[in-house]
Amino acid sequence: MKYVDEFRDGELARRIAARLARAVEPGRRYNFMEFCGGHTHAISRYGVTDLLPQGVNMIHGPGCPVCVLPIGRIDNAIEIAGRPEVILCTYADTMRVPASERLSLMKAKARGADIRMVYSAADALRIARENPKREIVFFAIGFETTTPPTALAILEADREDLANFFVFCNHVLTPAAISNILESPQVRDIGTVPLDGFVGPAHVSCVIGSQPYEFFAEEYQKPVVIAGFEPLDVMQAVLMLVTQVNEGRAEVENEFTRAVTPEGNVRAKALVAEVFELRRSFEWRGLGEVPYSALRIKPRYGRFDAEARYGITYKSVPDNKACECGAILRGAKRPQDCKVFGTVCTPENPIGSCMVSSEGACAAYYTYGRFRDLEPDNRKSAKGAEDREGVSESEEPVSAQQPSRVS
Amino acid sequence: MFSRNFAPFALLRFPSEMSQVKKGYIRPVDFKNGRVDMTHGGGGRAMAQLIDELFLAAFDNEWLRQMNDQAVFAVPRASGASGGRMVMATDSHVISPLFFPGGDIGSLSVHGTVNDVAMSGARPLFLAASFILEEGFPLADLKRIVESMARASQEARVPVITGDTKVVEQGNGDGVFITTTGVGVVPDGVEVSGDRARPGDKVLVSGTMGDHGVAIMSFRENLEFETSIRSDTAALHGLVASMVAAVPGIHCLRDPTRGGLAATLNEFARQSGVGIRIWERAVPVRPEVNAACEFLGLDPLYVANEGKLVAICAPEDAERLLDAMRAHPLGADAAIIGDVIEDPHQFVQMETSFGGSRVVDWLSGEQLPRIC
Repeated sequence: MKYVDEFRDGELARRIAARLARAVEPGRRYNFMEFCGGHTHAISRYGVTDLLPQGVNMIHGPGCPVCVLPIGRIDNAIEIAGRPEVILCTYADTMRVPASERLSLMKAKARGADIRMVYSAADALRIARENPKREIVFFAIGFETTTPPTALAILEADREDLANFFVFCNHVLTPAAISNILESPQVRDIGTVPLDGFVGPAHVSCVIGSQPYEFFAEEYQKPVVIAGFEPLDVMQAVLMLVTQVNEGRAEVENEFTRAVTPEGNVRAKALVAEVFELRRSFEWRGLGEVPYSALRIKPRYGRFDAEARYGITYKSVPDNKACECGAILRGAKRPQDCKVFGTVCTPENPIGSCMVSSEGACAAYYTYGRFRDLEPDNRKSAKGAEDREGVSESEEPVSAQQPSRVS
Repeated sequence: MFSRNFAPFALLRFPSEMSQVKKGYIRPVDFKNGRVDMTHGGGGRAMAQLIDELFLAAFDNEWLRQMNDQAVFAVPRASGASGGRMVMATDSHVISPLFFPGGDIGSLSVHGTVNDVAMSGARPLFLAASFILEEGFPLADLKRIVESMARASQEARVPVITGDTKVVEQGNGDGVFITTTGVGVVPDGVEVSGDRARPGDKVLVSGTMGDHGVAIMSFRENLEFETSIRSDTAALHGLVASMVAAVPGIHCLRDPTRGGLAATLNEFARQSGVGIRIWERAVPVRPEVNAACEFLGLDPLYVANEGKLVAICAPEDAERLLDAMRAHPLGADAAIIGDVIEDPHQFVQMETSFGGSRVVDWLSGEQLPRIC
């Protein structure tokens, strides 16, 4: 397939792997977080870890919009969907996220709620036009990539004066989450999450540009490489990060020059600024309340705001006690470190959100990577056995633990 | 959604034989408060679990426990005639849309059951058809569907010899549902079953994967996109006959319908107690199907087929079987895609074109598109 296969070329991958193997300094460990679930998925699906040299360790970040959505917000969506006049339109991944009382949107649908899967905000808008007697609520989730289309749908509804279209806004912001991770005690003080750099999501930067990351590179001295989602992009980004670390640099570099510019998509950013404003605080699963990390609809477009329309009040619901999604989303634990991973919590019966979306760290590991734990002479375990100097104050370097439950 | 009878999933044992690193507890089906949801028909683990805990438990018998898409049974001897072996299979069709590029619910309902019968190596003989019609359904559409069914059955030379018709009130059905049941005879010496895969065996497919599912999705509401892909719906008993003639000792045959190639390989692995390793590079997928899957966020390995089969045979038979498949018009793109390995965990693994490896797991729930 043109423009796709080129970025999955096994021959090129081997060449980059060889360059990487030469680039890593013997005995040195490189811990990089891929922020975005799209990268997590690509790494697992194409087996990228098989091509990375010893010493390079990928830590999965919180960049899966479904995974970071707290239970309380899903409860709110189910509450809205329960109203007989409402058709709730949602992206498909959100359907199976567990909510309170063992419910989910999927189960609410089975109980009679009119919930429809859509591919975009524009589909929800179309359903609103086609069903003038119903109230259509678009369950808007996602990072900077899905926000402009939601903004566009609201502006379109405003232009058409659609009285039956509403948006339940849960859009969140990437830079705020990265700050939160970098500010967390595990990274700053304790060192349980050793972080030497970030792989930044290219699609987010197509919208916001590469500039927002300058701050992290500068303030926290962590290199950031903005990378595309094809496996070769990831390999190339890792090589660029290793090179920066070796040279003692902490800069924002752009691997995805085929679409990302420093300023991003100016028109899309203007659309978002027109319709949305910052929320003072928003709860993230795993990260807790994160200040100024999400968007809400401006009063000017308040008539499209489902929260106002249905008088929605947010109630925080704690995660299942055994669930480690929080620590996994912060990079403090790996999926296989969670007690319920692969036992009680499976893609069929997800307990935590990381098991729901295919971009969640647990689902990706369960679906594509489980067999790695079976190999006794596994490369990863050899890696884990190495000690990481410099983070000795950490009690247990969880992210580099030896797989302990080899069956 | 896509047709598939339930027997193959009966092979799953929950929770004791779940192939996973941590052996563990799987939450049983909640028969007290639970409701049927779409995952119970998706061809993945949820459906397998329902079948195992409800249908298999209730109907349990030696024929059902063959755990194939059909059941082979010995014909009771009557008045001195030799009994022989027959096979029976049934399949309900609830596809939406009813008409799609390359076929319709009528032709599909013939092909689906003919194929289920044929995947035992049998020669299909007769079909029965049962219709559930919704009040208000246009008779012109019904005529079109039935005529298409008749054409498919004539082409396959498997006549529909009995049937039934019911009508439900408007709103209680989705136009038309068709259930077909087929019977066939198994040639002497042919022993095809999903539990016969052995380490060292070769895995073959008869052609490109994912055509049917992508053709359907291209027509579904909300997912309209222009494509030249047509459903591959076809009766495969002719192909099977020539395969059995070339290699009578074929170990396994199955048509990878709902759940796609991934589901079928996992079924074989579980049923035979083996692992399977395939090479991504070797799996034939049309560029258009790949492209459609790419932007829908789907994986062609999980997308349904209605005119393809997966075969497993001894390594020394593989080339002969491949030649026989390629010599048949429905097997022109046949390929050897992997081999059977020893693996107590019964994983299906894939060497990616990229050079890494990964598990090809059961589908969980329906294959839902990803959002970003």
